[in-house]
Amino acid sequence: MIRYAYIIPFLPLLSFFINIAVGKRLPRKGDWLCLGTIAIGLAMSIGIFYEVFRAYDPNFRYHVVFPWVTVGDRALFNTGILIDNVTAVMLLVVTIVSTLVHLFSIGYMHGDPRYSRYFAYLSIFSFSMLGLVLAESFLFIYIFWELVGLSSYLLIGFWFEKKSASDAGKKAFIVNRVGDFGFLIGILIIYATCGVMGYDQVFLAIGEGKLSGTLLTLAGIGVFCGAIGKSAQFPLHVWLPDAMEGPTPVSALIHAATMVAAGVYLVGRVYPMFTPDAFLFIAYFGLITLFLTATIALAQNDIKKVLAYSTCSQLGYMIMGLGVGGYTAGLAHLTTHAAFKACLFLGSGSVIHAVHSQDIQEMGGLRKKMPITFVTFLIATLAISGVPGFSGFYSKDMILGAALEFGMKSANPLHMIFFIGALFTAGLTAFYMFRLVILTFFGGPKDHHKFDHAHESPPSMWVPLVILAGLSFSFWYSGWFGTLVQKPMSVANLAVISAPAKVATMEHAAVMTSDASHGSSPAGAKQAQAPSHGTSAPAETPHAAGPVVHGESHEGASHDAEHDAHIAHTAHTYAMYSSVAVGTLGIFLAFVVYSFGWINPDRVVNAVKPLHNFLQNKWYFDELYEATVVNGSKALSRGLSWFDMHVVDGLVNLSAQLGVFASFLVGKFDDYVVDGAVNGLASATTGSGSLLRRLQTGKLYHYVFVLAGGALIIFLIKAF
Amino acid sequence: MTLDKLLVIAAALFCCGLYTVMTRRNAVAVLMGVELILNATNINFVAFSFFLNRMMGGQIFAVFVIVLAAAEAAVALAIFLRMFSTTGTVEVDAADQLKG
Repeated sequence: MIRYAYIIPFLPLLSFFINIAVGKRLPRKGDWLCLGTIAIGLAMSIGIFYEVFRAYDPNFRYHVVFPWVTVGDRALFNTGILIDNVTAVMLLVVTIVSTLVHLFSIGYMHGDPRYSRYFAYLSIFSFSMLGLVLAESFLFIYIFWELVGLSSYLLIGFWFEKKSASDAGKKAFIVNRVGDFGFLIGILIIYATCGVMGYDQVFLAIGEGKLSGTLLTLAGIGVFCGAIGKSAQFPLHVWLPDAMEGPTPVSALIHAATMVAAGVYLVGRVYPMFTPDAFLFIAYFGLITLFLTATIALAQNDIKKVLAYSTCSQLGYMIMGLGVGGYTAGLAHLTTHAAFKACLFLGSGSVIHAVHSQDIQEMGGLRKKMPITFVTFLIATLAISGVPGFSGFYSKDMILGAALEFGMKSANPLHMIFFIGALFTAGLTAFYMFRLVILTFFGGPKDHHKFDHAHESPPSMWVPLVILAGLSFSFWYSGWFGTLVQKPMSVANLAVISAPAKVATMEHAAVMTSDASHGSSPAGAKQAQAPSHGTSAPAETPHAAGPVVHGESHEGASHDAEHDAHIAHTAHTYAMYSSVAVGTLGIFLAFVVYSFGWINPDRVVNAVKPLHNFLQNKWYFDELYEATVVNGSKALSRGLSWFDMHVVDGLVNLSAQLGVFASFLVGKFDDYVVDGAVNGLASATTGSGSLLRRLQTGKLYHYVFVLAGGALIIFLIKAF
Repeated sequence: MTLDKLLVIAAALFCCGLYTVMTRRNAVAVLMGVELILNATNINFVAFSFFLNRMMGGQIFAVFVIVLAAAEAAVALAIFLRMFSTTGTVEVDAADQLKG
């Protein structure tokens, strides 16, 4: 099955082309075709995952390369697919969510005038996303990166008759371009120094020291900029909430579960190349995002906006998790989040479909009207709030543990902020999510007309909800995930250490690029999981390399490792208890405020009116960007326009006038010299003609006289 | 009778003919002047033929010239008739359409 993995992306591409060309003429407008191709992809992904799972090997790799651009005998760029454990999981995530969203859309988009085009766009998105997941080089991940950006743009602006939707599409595209530019710079730094594009080749080159130090940090930050854009991290998070103008299933598929996770996936994919500085950068951006967007979510009243900001916040968790060294934690949260957030979004779609409103203040009491939607939504909310037994608890707890562990091991006490911020935000998350649930499903109806109209959605809509809610329990993930997805060795650290250890580096790099059968000893894997960034990189490295024994620091290293393991254990224990406590507190507060009525929310809002306004207006980010970036570029455009009008046009006009003057001179030359010559010739001819005509008198005797005179002259000449 | 005397006679006759052609306005008179010139030529032909090479070529040539003069007179007179019928005159000064 794994040998046919490259077919998976091409199936949706095929259905895209068919649907965009003749979709309207197909029976049922071609939705079965798109659903069918992605379902085949799902089946194949399950098969691949089964093979990977059966191998149960942390170092499993399936890597196929073939040349793409060849110059002479040399392959400039390769293409191919790379499947390791993370890829297999991501394939499964993408195809499951995509298939369910296709299914959900059949009900949700029923009767839309551009129904077949919608499914075609979903297919092109699936193609790009699967290609991105399977890509084995920076070049190809960038190509598919831009393709998912394009399909996101197309789908956000799907109802382009609405100005807000087309604006949101443009905003998403342009904001993403900013991040992608950084990504491109990162790739170019890598290509300029290493000369290769494949992940393995690049890591090998970095391990050999071709790219190191500040430049390596910059390359890492550049690549991370792509993730900032696509995963809606601060300061480019502004596009994601606006992207909710698209159809709700699209929000679920692209702007909650898969595409926005591409940034996290990217960071995970290129994990070995980040330097400690780059990791710190990543962690801070994740922390800022997760806190900032969670506070905004507190004050929103649009059901999709709340979910959008919670998505930003959860993405912040993943990014921060990766940044503080919790590789497994970040990717686990990516996986679990995909399921429960897709469930939440599809659930909100179901609610919107029923009540034709997105304002949670107009809802309420829907629990009885839409029991299936309510139960699934509640399960997913419990998952995102981190209640034990649900998937969100498992992954978020790992992130909090990693953050605490990072803070405890770090020499800088300020680094505890990662744990504290994330813990506080976990409480906020539980609070705003339960506020959403209570206002939507509990209590009495606030708008009776809409309430009476509400009804449970058709099976094509609730079946995906049930499946996704089922995937929101933690037993699906715990155990195998932590074993199969393990932090890869950092090549960035190895690049800066001294000469003897470089031997170990290269040996290790060889292990990294070899197939699944090599170098998979459990000991090596376990060492590899120990966080290797921070201050103690040189001491750790020889030990981490496993098979190479490096005499002098062996004892110390093993002691350190034991100590580290102890800290890690303590950290994870504390993190678990505190996160459960904070989550429960958040849920309790939400009930206190919005359900039991012990505290009147309006009074609280009035008490902190400026703060509430600040949050409701999203920290005034849009206004800030409007004032700086948009108006700045407008002013720049005006300046350039002025320059164009006056300087460039002036130059053009000047040259035109010079041309006119030169033409004038040439014209005069033509009139007087050339025409004068021609006319002069003509008038000379006429003049001489009018002189000569006088000879022709017509008098016979004149001719005879001339004749005789001529003869006489000839005679005289002859005679003398 | 010598060649010189004959050449002088012929030259005198030529001059008379030329004078006639140059001075007379009447076309018929001009034609008569032309006849005089042709006869002066005939005298030269016959005289040179008789005195110089004793062959008959020059004299035969004179006979041809006479025939030619007759034909020429016929054509010229026909032209004068047509001229008279269109313009009412045979004055050569009137026939100056080719004046430049």
